[in-house]
Amino acid sequence: MSIFLDETTRVVVQGLSPTGQGLYHALRNRDYGTQVVAGTNPRRGGETIEGIPVFATVAEAVAETGATASFISVPPAAAAGAILEAAEAGVALVVCITEFVPAKDEARAFARLRRDFPGTRLLGPNCPGLISPGKANIGITAADIASPGPVGLVSRSGTVFYQAIYELTQKGVGQTTGVGIGGDPVPGTTFIDCLAAFQADDATRAVLMIGEIGGAEEERAAEFIASEMDKPVVAYIVGVTAPPGRKMGHAGAIVSGSKGTAAAKMAALEAAGAQVARNPSEAADLMAGVVAGLG
Amino acid sequence: MDLYEYQGKATFARFGMPVPQGEVADSVEAAVAAAGRLGYPVVVKAQVLTGGRGKAGGVRLAAGEAELTEVAGAILGLDIKGHVVHRLWIEQASAIAREYYASFTLDRTAKDHLCMLSARGGMEIEELAETDPAAIVRRHVDPLTGFTAADAAAMVAEAGIDEAARDGVASILVDLWRCYDEGDADLVEINPLILTDGGRVVALDAKVTLDDSAAFRHPEWADYANLEALDHRERLAREKGLQYVGLDGTVGVIANGAGLAMSTCDVVQQVGGSPANFLDIGGGASAEVMANALQVIATDERVRSIFVNVFGGITRGEEVGKGIAQALQEVHLDAPIVVRLDGTNAEEGRAILEGLGSARLEQRPTMLEAARRAVELAGEAAR
Repeated sequence: MSIFLDETTRVVVQGLSPTGQGLYHALRNRDYGTQVVAGTNPRRGGETIEGIPVFATVAEAVAETGATASFISVPPAAAAGAILEAAEAGVALVVCITEFVPAKDEARAFARLRRDFPGTRLLGPNCPGLISPGKANIGITAADIASPGPVGLVSRSGTVFYQAIYELTQKGVGQTTGVGIGGDPVPGTTFIDCLAAFQADDATRAVLMIGEIGGAEEERAAEFIASEMDKPVVAYIVGVTAPPGRKMGHAGAIVSGSKGTAAAKMAALEAAGAQVARNPSEAADLMAGVVAGLG
Repeated sequence: MDLYEYQGKATFARFGMPVPQGEVADSVEAAVAAAGRLGYPVVVKAQVLTGGRGKAGGVRLAAGEAELTEVAGAILGLDIKGHVVHRLWIEQASAIAREYYASFTLDRTAKDHLCMLSARGGMEIEELAETDPAAIVRRHVDPLTGFTAADAAAMVAEAGIDEAARDGVASILVDLWRCYDEGDADLVEINPLILTDGGRVVALDAKVTLDDSAAFRHPEWADYANLEALDHRERLAREKGLQYVGLDGTVGVIANGAGLAMSTCDVVQQVGGSPANFLDIGGGASAEVMANALQVIATDERVRSIFVNVFGGITRGEEVGKGIAQALQEVHLDAPIVVRLDGTNAEEGRAILEGLGSARLEQRPTMLEAARRAVELAGEAAR
């Protein structure tokens, strides 16, 4: 098993054009075995690009091809609209890799999803996507670094996500699904969403979680691990040596109730029973030990 | 992007909020001239992008010209938590009867906006949040419906704002919401929001953080582009469009993605070295960007070795290889470079670097090995 994505997932690429980044990564996703069944582009409906049929709208693409997921790499100003177009068309999984989407647009888009489209899961914006090794890959992860196995992986940072998958594979530890949730202000999918899904997934035997300084989401995840999970968790927090950022105002600290430091997050995760690593290699070593002990 | 108080107050005024009259001054003479127009007494406020100005002596009252000359002279050049004061805000002194607190910011956990209001504003608001959380009234704001006058009226009553100030505070809350929402701010905070002896409600301070991602729809923000707070390395990096933070070690760090850049700094320190900087070349970086990054690092005299750590996703390995090759030709680099390259098209990139045959360029297969080598080359004992 895997979470959110498998070999039956049918992907529509929003904003497909012969020159865009989306095509490059969509073709790499397809080469990996992902079912890339459609593209959308309001100016190119009816065309075929690299064997991918293009439709003017997501609704048409879904009606014609039965797409169940979408891959968005449109410019920031268009991202919220693209997310909602996919949700309105009934797409169950929307993966948005677009960077620099305004926070207000993200908050509004997520509020619409929560109110009107509870059946749609958004991953991102500003995330690398997700990969279920041996089955499918949506996003920009270089898939050859991943391998199938028993570990679920969730990461806020994109490039450390790749690093962690790679380290696990190097150490012979495969993955059920790796999810890059992204570090934007309003992530569609959170640590807790992924931890809950991994806890419920029979094939996932242990979870590697990669957090980052700032905010309090890692502390929330630690509470969830303590109260809701019986699978072993290894965690790594990025930014131990980062200098404290200058802080304007007090509202952020009052809202989160956290200092946001790596030390505070590591302590919370340790208290929740997770093994905490200091770097990606050590995280993979700890996980290799956990997996070896599973029998 | 954080705004200086004077910029924040101008923003508040644009959204209809009452702020004290004031002027910016970059010298004692300009401060005296401003006070002449505003009328004494005036308050002299250091314009720095950090909190704790009051405690550091960066906010002082001046009753007349002699006192202003002394006070302005003392504050200009003052170092407040590493921020040197180059600019003052001179404003008409307010007769403070009561101090409140008001803010809007994003609640990342709830994924909506949060308004906070307290009848007990002033310097120790974070302490108050811990010792008496009920003294700060919170209201979640639905991004789809926004914050209304009815919300404001309910909050003002719940927070126990003084009767005389209720209408004024409620009106400011509605304007503050517009400033936050339409103004694409990540944070708007007024501390203190005051009731004057004369019965007016006025924003006595302004903390505004703008959402950089929304700059494309705010041409007026171009006025705020302000490079003063940066050192020369940071300024060059900003001009080149790179995310750079200067640190004080000897290993120059270049990585793709903020997370990997931070992780790389962590690992350099764990193996016994010290990072000279944090430099994120971002996603999808071209050869040009990599060459620019090396150029920025080359201006740092403390750098003894350079660690390029790239895990390509959207960034392609061959672009990294080409960029380093380009930089070796164009940029004078004394420090040796250790490269660790993986991910998308890494083999192509590694082959390009191999083909350069440069003695000052080494490749290592893992992040840890590369970090150890870079630390060794920097003349420190790697562990």
